Amino acid sequence: MGNSIEVKDLTLNFGSVSVLKNMNLDVQEGEFVVLLGPSGCGKSTLLNCLAGLLDITDGQIWIKGKNVTWSEPSERGIGMVFQSYALYPQMTVRGNLSFGLKNAKVPQPEIDKRIARAAEILQIQPLLDRKPAALSGGQRQRVAIGRALVRDVDVFLFDEPLSNLDAKLRSELRVEIKRLHNQLGNTMVYVTHDQIEALTLADRIAVMKGGVIQQLAGPQEIYNRPSNLFVAGFIGSPSMNFLPGKTVDGGKALVFGDQRIDLAGYDGGTVLERDQAILGVRPEHITVSASAPAGPSIPAVVEIDENLGADSLLWLKAGAKDICVRVPVEGRLPAGTKVHLGLDIAKASLFDTKTEQRI
Amino acid sequence: MASQSRPFRLLHNLNAKIAALPMVLTTMVVFVGGTIWTVFYSFTDSKLLPRERFVGFDQYERLWSNSRWAVSIENLAFYGVMSLVFTVVMGFILAVLMDQKIRYEDTFRTIMLYPFALSFIVTGLVWQWILNPDFGLQGIVRGWGWESFSFDPLHSPETVLYGLLIAGLWQGTGFVMCLMLAGLRGIDEDIWKAARVDGIPTWKTYLVVVVPMMRPVFITTLVIVAAGIIKLYDLVVAMTSGGPGGNASQVPAMYVYDYMFQAQNLGQGFAASTMMLLSVLIVLIPWAYLEFGGKKHG
Amino acid sequence: MADASMSGSLAMTGPRGAKPKRALNPRNIMLYGILLLVCLYYILPLWVMIMTSLKGMPEVRLGNIFAPPVEITFEPWVKAWATACTGLNCDGLSRGFWNSVIITVPSVILSIIIASVNGYALINWKFKGSEVFFTILIFGSFIPYQIMLYPIVILLREAGLYGTLWGLVLVHTIFGMPILTLLFRNYFSSIPEELFKAARVDGAGFWGIYFRIMLPMSLPIFVVALILQVTGIWNDFLFGVVYTKPDLYPMTVQLNNIVNSVQGVKEYNVNMAATLLTGMVPLVVYFVSGKLFVRGIAAGAVKG
Repeated sequence: MGNSIEVKDLTLNFGSVSVLKNMNLDVQEGEFVVLLGPSGCGKSTLLNCLAGLLDITDGQIWIKGKNVTWSEPSERGIGMVFQSYALYPQMTVRGNLSFGLKNAKVPQPEIDKRIARAAEILQIQPLLDRKPAALSGGQRQRVAIGRALVRDVDVFLFDEPLSNLDAKLRSELRVEIKRLHNQLGNTMVYVTHDQIEALTLADRIAVMKGGVIQQLAGPQEIYNRPSNLFVAGFIGSPSMNFLPGKTVDGGKALVFGDQRIDLAGYDGGTVLERDQAILGVRPEHITVSASAPAGPSIPAVVEIDENLGADSLLWLKAGAKDICVRVPVEGRLPAGTKVHLGLDIAKASLFDTKTEQRI
Repeated sequence: MASQSRPFRLLHNLNAKIAALPMVLTTMVVFVGGTIWTVFYSFTDSKLLPRERFVGFDQYERLWSNSRWAVSIENLAFYGVMSLVFTVVMGFILAVLMDQKIRYEDTFRTIMLYPFALSFIVTGLVWQWILNPDFGLQGIVRGWGWESFSFDPLHSPETVLYGLLIAGLWQGTGFVMCLMLAGLRGIDEDIWKAARVDGIPTWKTYLVVVVPMMRPVFITTLVIVAAGIIKLYDLVVAMTSGGPGGNASQVPAMYVYDYMFQAQNLGQGFAASTMMLLSVLIVLIPWAYLEFGGKKHG
Repeated sequence: MADASMSGSLAMTGPRGAKPKRALNPRNIMLYGILLLVCLYYILPLWVMIMTSLKGMPEVRLGNIFAPPVEITFEPWVKAWATACTGLNCDGLSRGFWNSVIITVPSVILSIIIASVNGYALINWKFKGSEVFFTILIFGSFIPYQIMLYPIVILLREAGLYGTLWGLVLVHTIFGMPILTLLFRNYFSSIPEELFKAARVDGAGFWGIYFRIMLPMSLPIFVVALILQVTGIWNDFLFGVVYTKPDLYPMTVQLNNIVNSVQGVKEYNVNMAATLLTGMVPLVVYFVSGKLFVRGIAAGAVKG
């Protein structure tokens, strides 16, 4: 399969502010790529550039092997779904779906056929003659997806499509979008700030910050081997625990406070001796025990425990450092309990403090 | 249709640029160009037609030594200050009264605002009639037996401006009241609740809490009203034609019109209108600074 | 305010739904008293106009201007409309009325079309410098017209439009542009930008989006603009005097000429009928439009 979307050295400046910096991104045909990042990271801006709604400063955008850098949005072979649904309020659902096709002078029988198909896929047949105001949020978003669907294009762009929905509907539609992707096999680029959406939907996730893609990889890779401190801290809830220290013995161990943590089994590059390094361990990769376990461990005191129902979060203090551990509900401990925290080094990440990159 | 290279910048979004052409022409040719043109020719001795014979500040010297202009400026200053103070104070008080969750609010507002829909000509002519010494207010009171009663503002140079004010306030106060009322309605209900909880009396809440919060509304109102006052022309034409006694109620706009289109002394008209522009800028620049300059600093 | 509700609630024991309030407490008497007095001041001139215009001249001379006519006559109205004299013409205000109509209608239409497209372009199709032009435009609305009067005379003369109907239409369009553009720009900015983006993805262009998406969503603001322009242009005096010739004078100019003419015996009843006739159009617009009028004039105070 070839590339569906190619972004080459894309740069976008608003006046003197650089919003996207020299960005490169290839999206395979049929791939589901999620652009993830905090607000202001440029993810929606990138999507708008792909759609042709923003004029870029420099670089090129290719879609399906065609240079579309300066093409009109409607000529790029894309469909787009917006956060606020953006349905035309004065038109019926049918009018909304056919507006683009009429602009493209698609013959009426073909329009009817495509609307019928989209309505069937999205199960919105009973809504076709209603106005958007008479629809619920979930129904509106289905219609908005339908508007992209009838265009019969290869690339779908989603701009935070589920952000305006409540939690229950959001998870329902999330599953539906996944199903739609499996069924249609289109290329999809999906912008969100919600990491659950990203992790569940994506074939690959592009984590963005400050107009730069920090890491582009599959969800598992992003979660387990974050390429830098930002990605490590951004993905996962609660956040990864960061233990600052320095590496000694040619990189065999990390000194954290007065504790020595053996780095044997670390899954990464050569550690070397560094004055400043940070060991990142996710809450679920730490075990709690009364006595020191066999592997590397640090002592800590329980401060608070939060019962989440399915499992429980322990908030502890190791020296001055706050640490969070995910434990089964049975493993809950009262405040003040002194424990030892066993660290799973094989699943941990080590970062250089200066470069913030994973070692 | 896949264009390979960046399209020519000027042709980009061509339709939008064509559509904006009237605005661009208006701003550049009429507003900016016209203003510069007039200022430029105010330094010439243009008479019937504009001509480029420069006389430096002669026109301005002549302007300021002309007693008619001096009276115009005095009149405008007096009328302007009185009108500003009264419209804003009365407008605010009326708005506060209207904000007491009264019944028939729409009716009251409709009555107070209708004069604003009328032209200054109509306003001026009605009040000219009401203030008519023989048949108007004065005549009626005298008819009741109070023979010495005197209320004839339009025919005495000392009082003619009050006559104009009565009509001007009638026309414009309702408008200011509406702006103020909108400002009052824009204040968060919770402020009132908080003031109630703190035990602050209503009148004090208005004075200490609400008025400072409405600062932007006051400033905007002042600017709009002031800009309108400087243009004052129709009302004077209709009520007094600048009289009595020749120039007791002259205003700058009238001076400009007369010199440009009647006396065929364009240079004087240009100099006078440039002075009008200057006076607007004195109001406008501090306001723009407060309004827009302040925002950038947070 | 607090006192009144306190005493009210003490008088009634136990909760009884809405907060009790006596209608006739001193505070309310004061409040409504002041408001009614103020309204009297506002209504008086309209009353006087109507009463005077329905009296014959002998009754005007003898009677009280506030008193209703003893004998109602419509003669002053007929005379004001059909035979009152300005200079050499003695065909009444009707000429001015029709002049005002043929000035107002195209001016309103043209100014609204241009300003609405401006506002739309400023919000959705920003181009380099568009905000600068807009700022100048808004500042332009505060500049005294007097400074632009003569340059416009020259421009119109060069274009062969000086003294013509279309010249005046152009002037009204130009001077209506700042406030109307602000009005439309503010309104369009409240329409979600994503709607515009969606329409672009759907292949609609500049005019397609304007006519198919923006226009149908903005009918109320077009009505507001219509009210603003009809009253504003109808009431204009200065531009009418400067840019037209006597046979094209709008109603306001003709009215002033009739009432303030020096020759002849003053016919106050005819004058008032003429004044009322001239004020009729904006008054009807005002009373029919109600709250939309308020919205229109408040638009001037809304910051851009």
